[in-house]
Amino acid sequence: MAIDVNGKTVDLDEEGYLTDLKDWNEDVAKVLASQDEIELTESHWEVVKFLRDYYDEYQIAPAVRVLTKAIGKKLGKDKGNSKYLYELFPYGPAKQACRFAGLPKPTGCI
Amino acid sequence: MAKAKFETPEFRPYPVIPVIKPGVMKDSRSFVSKPGMQESLGYPGELVDNWQEVAINKLGELLTKYRSLRVYLDTCVKCGSCTDKCHYFIGTNDPKNMPVGRQDLLRQVYRRYFTLAGKLFPKLVGAKDLTRDMLDDWYNYFHQCSQCRRCSVYCPYGIDTAEISMAAREILDAVGYGQKYCNEIIEKVYKIGNNLGLPGPAIRNTLEGLEEDIKDETGVDVRLPLDEEGAEVLFVPPSADFFVEPHVDGLIGYGKVFHQSGISWTMSSHASEAGNFGMFIGSYENMRRVSMRIREAALDLKVKRIVFGECGHAWRVAYAFLNTLAGPFDFLDKRYPIPQHICEFTYDLIQKGALKLDKSANDHRRVTYHDSCNVARATRMGHKPGGQFVIPREVIKACCNHFYDMPSDTIYDETYCCGGGGGLLTDELMEVRVKGALPRMEALKQVTDDHQVTHMATICAICKSQFTKVVPYYGFDMDQIISVHQLVGDAIVLNVNEV
Repeated sequence: MAIDVNGKTVDLDEEGYLTDLKDWNEDVAKVLASQDEIELTESHWEVVKFLRDYYDEYQIAPAVRVLTKAIGKKLGKDKGNSKYLYELFPYGPAKQACRFAGLPKPTGCI
Repeated sequence: MAKAKFETPEFRPYPVIPVIKPGVMKDSRSFVSKPGMQESLGYPGELVDNWQEVAINKLGELLTKYRSLRVYLDTCVKCGSCTDKCHYFIGTNDPKNMPVGRQDLLRQVYRRYFTLAGKLFPKLVGAKDLTRDMLDDWYNYFHQCSQCRRCSVYCPYGIDTAEISMAAREILDAVGYGQKYCNEIIEKVYKIGNNLGLPGPAIRNTLEGLEEDIKDETGVDVRLPLDEEGAEVLFVPPSADFFVEPHVDGLIGYGKVFHQSGISWTMSSHASEAGNFGMFIGSYENMRRVSMRIREAALDLKVKRIVFGECGHAWRVAYAFLNTLAGPFDFLDKRYPIPQHICEFTYDLIQKGALKLDKSANDHRRVTYHDSCNVARATRMGHKPGGQFVIPREVIKACCNHFYDMPSDTIYDETYCCGGGGGLLTDELMEVRVKGALPRMEALKQVTDDHQVTHMATICAICKSQFTKVVPYYGFDMDQIISVHQLVGDAIVLNVNEV
């Protein structure tokens, strides 16, 4: 699988995640989101950026509670919950948001 | 990752044996393992050229190693008792998802190469060559079995389809044709320490955040310790408990129970995974390698007891195999079960009056309980037969005023699988997972209609994840799924220790 982003071919694995994490940029994220019929708003970008920063530090996406807490602190308590995240990422903040953020798919019993 | 296109089955007015639709699930196929993952587990990277020869030799080896496998392949009399007992057959109508149909995929090949009649007159005895089509059928249909063993409860000969499915998967791995979902996860355990791939610093960061949350909510310093040498108990949760909801509320519940018990405990960044996918792929060697991490952590941290969190197949491996795989555990305190389940641990404290529980904290919930298959049909808790059914329910009832069981032929040892066990909890199998959940969803619908049940509690990370994902297909809400230890955690009155 591959996507075309501004004339450049970016490889995806069979589950739609970047094969090479270094290929990520904001335009790539937009194309990945459009595959799931989602247009990335400022609210999405807040999450995507937090995921990428956390990944840089810990080599894994943040646990859901880490993420909701961080979002709650930044955007207000009414948004610091998974309901808000599911509104943004209907397929689940763990898998779908990671895909748009160019991170590997979290595996395991989730 | 667009939503898969398939129709969610309708609830049936009354259970009937489904009309068969041959081959409808033939193309429902999980992704094949990558060469690196295969090699990390000790298997060829990709399908070997002489796969037929290797597969037959491997089957021969397994027949010698596991006498049960030969008995299971020999004794089926096609009585039909199992046919409508598999949730995947009920949900998909594909006859190869009948337990007997699934078993026959391996049985036909066994007869062809390992019985005299099959060698001489294959057509007369239903013996078949191991062709590429057959190998692909093995791959597809043995990954549409959650190894839940419900069918074996009804088989008059006790044929265990799970063991046949494990053998088939082991053969597939041996020829270089493993499944990505399972093998990627086992590789992560070897490289990082758990199924999620959470490195130690991420676990520590997560636990610190949760400690803050508990403090904010209750005003009490409940600790979630990691890697603390000299603790009494090594606690091993499934790594999903760190990561997702509703699991994480169960983790908070465990922490509150330990806090009130006054027993020192620790989790381990080395043994940060209760689950053991080595069992799903039928590999003794991989199951042993995964288990050894728990022994190593117990020794390093100098603990006296090992307690497992809410994880279904982890408890099967722990209860049934841990001593053989990673024992002897002669360095642990023999006054306690080795290992112990968190429900046993909590139940003991309740029996002793060591936990003060305010049931009214759960009055907004009307609860039912889903028996997870590996706990129900492969293990026990406590000292009495059936403890694995009774103890979790007693724990729930000690915390909730409103508890209602689902219909009797869908619980206890007749429990239906959640639909996502045994290495099927992967997105590309969503159709199988949703359809396989049908019988459990029908049972949930019944207690919802009869008793206005609002929550289904369970003690398995896979069940929790599978249900939160599939219940919306049947008109339920993902928030209705709850950890047993969330109910405990919500009811527990902190710092009122009466012992």
